[in-house]
Amino acid sequence: MSDLFDYTVRLGDDALIAAQRTAEWIAAAPQLEEDVALGNIGLDQLGQARSLLQYAGSLDGRTEDDLAYFREEREFRNLQLCELPNGDFAHAMARLLYFATYQHLLYEELRTCADETLAGVAGKAVKEVAYHVDHATQWVLRLGDGTEESHRRMQAALEALWPYTGEMFESDELIGRLAVAVDPAPLRAEWERRVLAVIDESTCSRPEASYQHTGGRSGRHTEHLGYLLAELQHVARSHPGATW
Amino acid sequence: MSIEPLWEVFVRSRRGLSHTHVGSLHAPDATMALRNARDVYTRRQEGVSIWVVRATDITASSPDEKDEFFDPAGDKVYRHPTFYEVPEGVEHL
Repeated sequence: MSDLFDYTVRLGDDALIAAQRTAEWIAAAPQLEEDVALGNIGLDQLGQARSLLQYAGSLDGRTEDDLAYFREEREFRNLQLCELPNGDFAHAMARLLYFATYQHLLYEELRTCADETLAGVAGKAVKEVAYHVDHATQWVLRLGDGTEESHRRMQAALEALWPYTGEMFESDELIGRLAVAVDPAPLRAEWERRVLAVIDESTCSRPEASYQHTGGRSGRHTEHLGYLLAELQHVARSHPGATW
Repeated sequence: MSIEPLWEVFVRSRRGLSHTHVGSLHAPDATMALRNARDVYTRRQEGVSIWVVRATDITASSPDEKDEFFDPAGDKVYRHPTFYEVPEGVEHL
């Protein structure tokens, strides 16, 4: 399989698994307005996933559904950050802040890459994720600078997810070989600047440097991805070829 | 979660048109109200501009005052431009 396929699947899997987690919030968010907001965000992520997995599939004769529903856990290449369980609302907003800020920096670079399809997907998605960053920022500020309880939960969420942020900026041989791939390592400084500015303003304290989890890009996942995939895939696998 | 203030939402559907009231929503403050309005009321390209106004900041006419407020306008046909006949030969009117 080609490097371009592997790279596109990484981006597509990030978006797909993030979309699945975001969708779990629908009808469970703190207020109706937030249900709709998270529904919009989840569908943005799903749209990105579809475009990317369609493209990846076209490179090796599979469909987006083949890739989403009929791959095993070890074949998924998403960041572990995307697959972690939702936790409370503060966790959702911490994850969205970390992930969308990363996606925004990545897509900004990718939209000028030499591959027309990837550049096109990134060009459309960059506006979507800019809004995701804004949405997460608004909530991190309000929860962090809110009540004693909301501050405590926001702080806990920012710290709990921090050990999963290092993986976003890992460079590897694939990135080195593939000319159109964006090397994420140099994005880290700007990512930290943006994220830490939000954390500072929220009155939360910066998470301390800690052990960083890794493995998603090579198919090694947390125990949580299997359960997520079971829910995502079981209908398609129980009724192969069904449409609805 | 505690009940958040109610906001009235106005959306301008296209440039050149006025903002039109589209509904209301709850939000903790104006910034979030604007974002919620974007998510709830413009997700199908309904607008290019949004206003939000705290519902308590709107002073509304009372249904009890309907008679004296609105009925007297009912028979004032001379307030409509169509009431007047344009004399022949008048240009630029």
